[in-house]
Amino acid sequence: MPAPEKVYFFATCLIDLMYPRAGLAGMQLIKRAGVDVIFPQDQTCCGQPAFNSGYREEALAVARAQLACFKCDIPVVVPSGSCAGMIKHHWPELFEGEADEQQALDVAGRTYELTEFLVDVLDVRLSDLGTPTRIAIHTSCSARREMGVADRIQSLLAQLDKVEVLTQDREAECCGFGGTFAVKQADIAGAMVKDKTDALRATGAERVISQDCGCLMNIGGAFEHQGDGPATQHVAEFLLERTS
Amino acid sequence: MNQTQEFHHRIDDALHNDQLRRNFRSAMSGVMARRADQFPDDDQLQALREQAQTVRANSLVRQPELLERLEQKLTANGIQVHWAESAEQANTIIHGILKGADARSVVKGKSMVSEETELNHYLEQRGIEVIESDLGEYIIQLAKEPPSHIVMPAVHKNRFEVAELFRKFHPDIPYTDDVDELTQTAREILRTRFANADAGVSGVNFAVAETGTLCLVENEGNGRLSTTAPRLHIAITGVEKVVEKLSDVPPLLEILTKSATGQPITTYFNMISRPRQPDELDGPEAVHLVLLDNGRSRIRVDEELLDTLRCIRCGACINHCPVYVQLGGHAYGTVYPGPIGIALEPQRLGLDKAGTLTSACTMCGACGEVCPVKIPLPKLINRLRAEAVNKRRTTTPLTGRGSLRKPSEATIWKLWQQLNSHPRLYRLFTLAATRLRGLTPGKLGAWTRYRSAPKPGSRSLHELARQEGFSHE
Amino acid sequence: MSEARDRILERLRANRPHEVSVPLVYQKALGWDREQCIASFSERMQAVRGEVHRVGRNDWVDWINTEMASRHMSRALIGRSTIAERFAAGASDALELTCYDRKIEEWKDTLFHEIDFSITGSLAGLAESGSLVLWPDASEPRLMSLVPPLHIALLDADRLFENFAQLIEKENWAAGMPTNALLISGPSKTADIEQTLAYGIHGPKQLITLILE
Repeated sequence: MPAPEKVYFFATCLIDLMYPRAGLAGMQLIKRAGVDVIFPQDQTCCGQPAFNSGYREEALAVARAQLACFKCDIPVVVPSGSCAGMIKHHWPELFEGEADEQQALDVAGRTYELTEFLVDVLDVRLSDLGTPTRIAIHTSCSARREMGVADRIQSLLAQLDKVEVLTQDREAECCGFGGTFAVKQADIAGAMVKDKTDALRATGAERVISQDCGCLMNIGGAFEHQGDGPATQHVAEFLLERTS
Repeated sequence: MNQTQEFHHRIDDALHNDQLRRNFRSAMSGVMARRADQFPDDDQLQALREQAQTVRANSLVRQPELLERLEQKLTANGIQVHWAESAEQANTIIHGILKGADARSVVKGKSMVSEETELNHYLEQRGIEVIESDLGEYIIQLAKEPPSHIVMPAVHKNRFEVAELFRKFHPDIPYTDDVDELTQTAREILRTRFANADAGVSGVNFAVAETGTLCLVENEGNGRLSTTAPRLHIAITGVEKVVEKLSDVPPLLEILTKSATGQPITTYFNMISRPRQPDELDGPEAVHLVLLDNGRSRIRVDEELLDTLRCIRCGACINHCPVYVQLGGHAYGTVYPGPIGIALEPQRLGLDKAGTLTSACTMCGACGEVCPVKIPLPKLINRLRAEAVNKRRTTTPLTGRGSLRKPSEATIWKLWQQLNSHPRLYRLFTLAATRLRGLTPGKLGAWTRYRSAPKPGSRSLHELARQEGFSHE
Repeated sequence: MSEARDRILERLRANRPHEVSVPLVYQKALGWDREQCIASFSERMQAVRGEVHRVGRNDWVDWINTEMASRHMSRALIGRSTIAERFAAGASDALELTCYDRKIEEWKDTLFHEIDFSITGSLAGLAESGSLVLWPDASEPRLMSLVPPLHIALLDADRLFENFAQLIEKENWAAGMPTNALLISGPSKTADIEQTLAYGIHGPKQLITLILE
């Protein structure tokens, strides 16, 4: 599709509170490409935490509250594979048979994960102004399997000629975040993040970049707890930093 | 202890067993790589999955008619058909057949359905000797353990552990941990059992209604031996295993072996349609098929959950599960472990008995991605989570609904709903959280056991967006 | 027990899921000629330690005589088929022939302990998977291709099909299945100990296919 004049930006509750700079970077990348970014102030959360815990009524109530924010027929860009996946692939299930089902399907139908939008719609061209560095990419399971956008983050980073991308062992294996799983099955999650951080550390990368802050909170938090490991950063922040 | 507490104990044991986790890591990595080697062309793989899904889905659509046709054809062929609603009934039927034939010893080919009914135990209690002939099943029989995987029952054991078992139970044979030598030992030990057993019991991979044919997949030859050497053969399978036509078999066979063990085909594919005919010189004189329900027909009533019944028991979902590789099969505590176990067991046994398994999943989707018949495993698991905490009446036949609902958790989600469906309240909350970020505790329960505590930003994105001049509509 | 049957069927009839309408288009023809089929069959068989030899239609008896002598195998099992007759007529004196001509119950111990190799024919071969297709019958019973440690199977080069789907369709298996139909794709094996392949667990340790041309 040709580049739109404007888009909505969906913060995601995690980025809104915990990683606002990543969200801002995403908005600035889009704005720099000449597209207006609208940030509805009434947005809150896509409903995923409750949905994945089995509390569908509560998830529906919260998801429903977002519909009024994204009424115009313009893309909704989401700086998270898991939240984009929730809207695009699970709202249809959540809203099935509801009075506002069509509205939800409409929003879902124009929802993009951020890197997907930057590559497929804006076809952004990036010039690397940074110093040589080695990174590893962690693609969330939602970004990989639900949204199918593992290649988008790769292609964006491939445009940065002073960035070397290293590949960790068992790259496609889940980091163990899984939202509430990390707390409900804390010890299994702990074992999983240990394996993931070992694999990432072994690459010698200076930074781990991802489309998803949930995974970064998990992986980055684990590196900090272990006292040793690369820095972690959302892809939007990294791209803005390298190209400014 | 409730099911959740028991599950946590088993998980704890598994996570502290380093040897076990090393065994599983090694085994799963290998089997995943071998499967990937069989599918170099993704388009072809997806087409094959579509075909397999179609065959299995349509078999389920026509299941009652197909079962009737299967029974009719098998009967006409001389194979006797029995129907069992429950595990107990199946065991009773099988025991009855054995007793009627004065059979005292049984040699078994691999059958997960017989694990469901705990057939071995039932028969042994009634004085019938049961020997597992599949090498993996034989190993766990010696160890007195249940299988930890539906295709590779002894995957949790390394060769030293196997060698130790053989040394203990066959002290006259010199100790060895060489895989070839251990295999030869097993061949010799089990050979006499085949030759002398009164009856063979097997599972069934596909039951073809069109011709009344039972199909079995195997590499070792024990399946063929168990179903050919003894005078009596009893096959047991779930009612969902029926397929309509012979032409349905090749795509299922291909994707089964490639998904399960990364083989283009197994050593043997055995198709049984009749007992020994008057002019034939070997094969069982009597062949029986026991069709087991054990909850399957109840599952089929639910339009969404019945997808579970497409399963062809390849184990690929288990092999690719990042949680299974950390725990191994025994931690699940059910006959079927891993993703298919999480989807099936709460349906079979009730959410009040096995619903807690649904927590052992990150919704990563690796299972659904590899399922040869495209069962949407993450979606089904998510559905079961919802049913486990929902007490409201519905038409689904699931039992134990709402048994995992905790008032404290339900309250939290109600509060969460209020917070997130009232924008002003939400913004007030984030204002407070950002301004008070310095008060974020360093210890946050289970989270900080393995990770540092995350801290809110100094301004929410809502505020930054406004500050930076982004319009809000 | 018929109550169980009725109740099960009744529950199954309580719901009729929607039909999936993707048409079954499995296995487009590969378009292989005979040489390609032989090459694929051999490659697949050899990859799992099956032996494959191309032998003239009139030379296979001598081939077996010579080969078994060099392997020091003398106790042969044959059936009552045309193949068996031909072999019996030309077998070397060094070989001790047993004919499978009575019920298994009468001579089980001998079969399990005193036979070195068996010789059978085959119905067909499958090139894509490297499989022999056997329909054992009264003239060549089921245990012949299973119990002896070495199995020699004769496969006519004209009877190679591309794959299983093609064979089932072309020869109309749906019209009637035999007591037992088999696909044999190599010697017996297991990977149950540390996923390490070990050959010769319960079925034959060695499988030789003679492709006759």
